[in-house]
Amino acid sequence: MASDANATNTFETIVGLIEPFNRKNVTITPDTTFQGDLDLDSLTVMDLVAAIEDEYDILIPLNMLPDLETVQQVADAVDKINQEK
Amino acid sequence: MSIDLFDKFDPIIQRRDQLPKEAENPFAVQMEKVLSQTVAIINGRETILCGTNNYMGQTFDQEAMDAAKEAVDNFGTGTTGSRVLNGTYNSHIELEDALKEFYGTEHAMVFSTGYLANLGIISTLAGRDDYIIIDADSHASIYDACQMGQANIVRFKHNSAEDLEKRLRRLPENVGKLVIVEGIYSMLGDEAPLPELVAVSKKFGASIIVDEAHSMGFCGETGRGVAQAQGVEKDVDFIIGTFSKSVGTVGGFCVSNHPKFDVLRLVCRPYMFTASLPPSVVASAKTSVKQLMHAGNRAAVLWENSRALHKGLKDAGFKLGTDKAESPITAVCIDSDEVCTFFWSELLRSGVYVNMALPPATPSGLNLLRCSVCASHTPEQIQTVVATFIEIGKKLDVI
Ligand SMILES: Cc1ncc(COP(=O)(O)O)c(C=O)c1O
Repeated sequence: MASDANATNTFETIVGLIEPFNRKNVTITPDTTFQGDLDLDSLTVMDLVAAIEDEYDILIPLNMLPDLETVQQVADAVDKINQEK
Repeated sequence: MSIDLFDKFDPIIQRRDQLPKEAENPFAVQMEKVLSQTVAIINGRETILCGTNNYMGQTFDQEAMDAAKEAVDNFGTGTTGSRVLNGTYNSHIELEDALKEFYGTEHAMVFSTGYLANLGIISTLAGRDDYIIIDADSHASIYDACQMGQANIVRFKHNSAEDLEKRLRRLPENVGKLVIVEGIYSMLGDEAPLPELVAVSKKFGASIIVDEAHSMGFCGETGRGVAQAQGVEKDVDFIIGTFSKSVGTVGGFCVSNHPKFDVLRLVCRPYMFTASLPPSVVASAKTSVKQLMHAGNRAAVLWENSRALHKGLKDAGFKLGTDKAESPITAVCIDSDEVCTFFWSELLRSGVYVNMALPPATPSGLNLLRCSVCASHTPEQIQTVVATFIEIGKKLDVI
């Protein structure tokens, strides 16, 4: 498991990556959802995925996306992928 | 309480109903009569068709039509069965032979549509632990194929070999890798930089599929597509294509030199569990594929038409999808979807049909008036299309 400090960092980094796509200026919390709260269409989601992949030098396969609804879930997934690297 | 399964489509119904009432409905165009490859009657009006995929004008080729009629007389209207049961006639094999000759490959497999060819080949080749790496602007059939299969799906930035390399580098070792690109992209009409994409794929041991749906018949010396035009055929593992564009009928195919290719006939579900193409379609496809091998002159006319349309629209000041004519497709980008709809509707009322394409069917959220030319268009028709665009463009303040 990722340490708590690590997890907080990942969350904050991802919040930073979301900002350019946050057209509705939603305040982002761990429970913020991409579809419901941020209202991102599927194409924007994929651009965001690419940004996260490049930030961490990892791959997040598209088939993982349906299970990732909230920002925290993405942060956890990124940490998990990083651990397995 | 029961839930109406259609409720989830309410936002789409709303969007449809919000289309300006004064405009024609872009999703309900009916061709009342088709007079030729380039002219049809729509709403009682003679209309220039500048939004089909009939690049080489094969739909009214006399030899292809005669072959289809003869096939109906001799073999009836349909096969009523799958390729692996009662649906393979001599002519299906002859069509596959014609494709092998056209592409110079060892193997060819014919599907009932190009959509099914992508669905079948991609979902079958890449299994649970494999990785598929696709261009972000891939056609819906490629995305759907990815969803249908069990492989891991990774996207790279459109036409960027650098981004592809970055992603291939991150893959685990010892996994199957399949890269998928298109020769020409259907919405903007831009061409893929295949030498770079192929070289990166090979460097990382990935197989590569090139979908040549919009390049068959006029790209490359004998019309094999962009892989031939750019000299990388020998490094492309699979070419996927369709009969619904330059070949002028319907159907899809995959060609390859892989020694085990034919096993796909026993494991590829979109090949096995749907009826085969009717004999008339097979006969016209076979005739047209053979013709396209020797259609250099017609291809030259098509390229001339493509450049004329692109230049006319560019000189008029329209914002286009590509800087130069990279294909018979020229996409005019319009800032708002409302103006786009009006523009499209005015074109139709002035006797010019083009495709209107809005997000999410388009890359980068663009609103497009997608024009595509045919080898059968006359220079006058092209000029009429350009003049009509200019007149409406000025009226709507687009140029
Ligand atoms: C790139 C691409 N691949 C595949 C297809 C599917 O072809 P078909 O019309 O034969 O199903 C199309 C066209 O719709 C296409 O544009």
